[in-house]
Amino acid sequence: MEYELKESPTLDTQALEVSLGPQHPSTHGVFRMNVKLDGETIVQLKPVMGYLHRNHEKLAENMSWLGSMPYTDRLDYICSMTNNFAYALAVEKLAGLEVPERAQYVRVIMAELTRLVNHTLLVGFLLNDLGAFFTPVLYAFREREKILDLFEAVAGSRMMCNYFRFGGVKIDVTDDFIPQVKQIIRRYPKFLDEFETLLSENEILMARCQKVGILPRELAINAGVSGPMLRASGVPYDIRKVDHYSIYDRFPFRVPIGEAGDVYDRYYVRILEMRESIKILEQAVREIPAGPTISPVGLTGAKSPRNFKPPKGDAYGRIEAPKGELGFYVVSDGSAKPYRYHVRAPSFINLTILEDMCLGYKVADAIIILGSIDIVLGEVDR
Amino acid sequence: MYGFGVIKGMLVTLKNFVLSYFTKERLTTVQYPEERLPEKERFRNFPFLIYDDKPEDLRCVSCDICAKECPPKCITIVRDTDAQGKPLKRPKVFDIDFSICMNCGICEEVCPFDAIFMDHEFELGEYGRFEELNYHKEDLLKSAEYFAQIRPTDAALIEAKRRQKEAKGAHPTSPTPPIPPPSS
Amino acid sequence: MNQLDQIFVTAKASLLEAAEHFLPDWMVVVVSILVSIIAIAVFGPVTMMYLTLLERKLVGRIQNRYGPNRVGAWGLLQPIADGVKMLTKEDIVPLGADRFAHFLAPVIIVIPALLIFSVIPFGRGMTAVDLSVGVLLFLALASTTTIWIFVASWGSRNKFSLLGGMRSVAQMISYEIPMVLSIVPVLLVVGSFSTVRIVEAQDGWSWFVFTPWGVLGFLIFFLTGVAEVNRTPFDLPEGESEIVAGFHTEYSGMKFALFYMAEFMNTFSVSAIVATLYLGGWQGPWLPSWLWFFIKTYALICVMMWFRGTFPRFRVDQLMGFAWKFLLPLSLVNLLVAGLWLHLKPPANHLVSLAALALSLVVLYQANRPDIPKKRNYRYAEAN
Repeated sequence: MEYELKESPTLDTQALEVSLGPQHPSTHGVFRMNVKLDGETIVQLKPVMGYLHRNHEKLAENMSWLGSMPYTDRLDYICSMTNNFAYALAVEKLAGLEVPERAQYVRVIMAELTRLVNHTLLVGFLLNDLGAFFTPVLYAFREREKILDLFEAVAGSRMMCNYFRFGGVKIDVTDDFIPQVKQIIRRYPKFLDEFETLLSENEILMARCQKVGILPRELAINAGVSGPMLRASGVPYDIRKVDHYSIYDRFPFRVPIGEAGDVYDRYYVRILEMRESIKILEQAVREIPAGPTISPVGLTGAKSPRNFKPPKGDAYGRIEAPKGELGFYVVSDGSAKPYRYHVRAPSFINLTILEDMCLGYKVADAIIILGSIDIVLGEVDR
Repeated sequence: MYGFGVIKGMLVTLKNFVLSYFTKERLTTVQYPEERLPEKERFRNFPFLIYDDKPEDLRCVSCDICAKECPPKCITIVRDTDAQGKPLKRPKVFDIDFSICMNCGICEEVCPFDAIFMDHEFELGEYGRFEELNYHKEDLLKSAEYFAQIRPTDAALIEAKRRQKEAKGAHPTSPTPPIPPPSS
Repeated sequence: MNQLDQIFVTAKASLLEAAEHFLPDWMVVVVSILVSIIAIAVFGPVTMMYLTLLERKLVGRIQNRYGPNRVGAWGLLQPIADGVKMLTKEDIVPLGADRFAHFLAPVIIVIPALLIFSVIPFGRGMTAVDLSVGVLLFLALASTTTIWIFVASWGSRNKFSLLGGMRSVAQMISYEIPMVLSIVPVLLVVGSFSTVRIVEAQDGWSWFVFTPWGVLGFLIFFLTGVAEVNRTPFDLPEGESEIVAGFHTEYSGMKFALFYMAEFMNTFSVSAIVATLYLGGWQGPWLPSWLWFFIKTYALICVMMWFRGTFPRFRVDQLMGFAWKFLLPLSLVNLLVAGLWLHLKPPANHLVSLAALALSLVVLYQANRPDIPKKRNYRYAEAN
């Protein structure tokens, strides 16, 4: 899409070229946008990424299958559990491993808690980009801390959990895990209500976010966008409902759809998704059975990773990560190290239409549009 | 009406302001270092080597599995030899470079001899980045009582397992049998 | 009580009396002026320092945390620590920047901020200079700040600063007009520009905010005052998340401290002028007059800080739209209503003015309808 710079017959005008970033308080990491401005209107926008490239895919070829599990934590460093989940799913597909019931329930609980963690952070930081001086961020973090404390009690670390293994999870949950999850489920709707009162009906927020950064439905599908961004543009596509992976069939939850595809829709769809996640958590916590948390083959695989050799072949495992479709493509040649390992990162693919969404809007809008795409540079650059 | 959303937002902020003087929930600061949060048992920071009675009888037999499985390869092990050059079941050099270690815990998981565990210490500031953060064998040795103190449930499980192995009469340092390939 | 009320006036009078014994007459006049100047020059920066602390603690409590509390009990020595930090920082001037403009802007921007203090009536008989055009001086000085912000942004040779400077100029001149127009009703009723006379006209409980045109005038004047000081939700010029720090990106150390000082002194003086014009200045029962003045001013400052902790900021075109399409017609109508109120006799004047205001509010609301955002309903995907 091209945006025509208005030529003036008498004045000799020039477009102003500004580089937003890489050091910028609001680009969510080291990300750069070369923006051409006509006054305050954006005429062209070219994103520049790669400042955080850490060679993840090549490193995995030198390590055992389990050895890259801690590195997947650091891809999307806010939601480490779902990254682990996607990788474990891909390798289990490749090696044909079964996962016991209790492990499935624990996995679903961790994945939905991670979804809450991620969306809470995103909503807080979107409002920070708008200029609300950190108040929504701190309210969001107050709630998020409780979930992170839970992760620390179970997995040993707040953010780099390294909790999932092929065939189950690393270790069973602690005794007070389920009561604490129940407490979180009780508190969260009240927190969401307070948050919405603070900001969803705020006229300034609505004026800034509505009709800004519109993503039409066809463009979203053509560009390969996934996750809440796609759903906010009106496409009812949720991988949990489409692929029926893990045990998500047993939980009745709804998928919220937006109408206009602007920033406000993306924000609100995420808030509605959080409410649906709470429903899934309620049911999972009620129904979780006793039993082993890792299959026997998986246990031996975890105890001696250098002997874990999946058969030759390839597999693509994908999940509905909080940011979109996170997929891992793994190719095995029968040895203890992957032959090829590729990550389909949602933030990277969602960034490809940043320019189309930003043309014709102001600089201030570009920042919130970027915030609403929800990128994490660890994923974009791998 | 036009201005009401704004006013409702202001009331939420006011509620937080007033309640921050009364409830602990609305004032979540922990005044570190005077107050500290309670330690979680499974918190994993950097590894340490464990010994039973004296620092000389550490459980590590220098099998090198943790060094091989460590994803960023931060462990360096050199096996000890006696006067004739015959290798002993003891490490002479056991270095962990804490500036590389990423606290993943895989070394603890794969050790067949329960010799290396993850510690809780995190106040480890140093003035240099290179030699000061390279911890040698002497710095890494901690007693089994310390382990039982920081991680009671895990220590109890490990003790029970070791006692069971000794009671069965099996050699306490035999490695686990090889894994059959997974069936498709 | 009267003694406490006039404590500062009697202190100054006794000092002058002591000076009269051994100094010639003209020198006593100089001493009298110097005492006022020193009082303001000490009071201004000290206020600003402790206002920064107040803001940090207030916004901190809103955000569920303590403000600064490490440096001295309740953080009372924090401003001094900040001052020392600012003084010892390296003074960076960008390569190719216009050195003269870069240096001059922060130095001169403090001057209007301090000068406004001279016409503020701090208490009964405690105005530094009783000018007969006090309010006009305030308006003139508030406008000059705009130029120096633009000079600062131009002299930084930075595209972000330039954007910030342009936005600031646009914002400040748009908000001047409703501000001036909302002061005019007060001048109509009192008949004089002098701040001292305006406060005296509101004696007892007949503050101007209790009249129909006064409520609206107060709200408009307060909002435009917030816009003039560049505070949230109107803080586009220093919009931190978009253009880093706007016009003061390239300033460090003491120059940044001077900008900061100018902003906080402006905050104080705008709140003080609002309190003077609409809330009755130092009028109030029982307590000394200067105490009433401070209570009112600080209440308004706390409301400004409350705004800062709650709201996101406006976008440029929405900001302009708000000023030109909503506040300007409203302030014109307010002027008309004030005239009506003055002309008619009570109680008819209250009723007529209230009716006129309600009608105009409804009309303006309807006229601005397309710009006002609406709440939406969301649907869920079909179960499959």
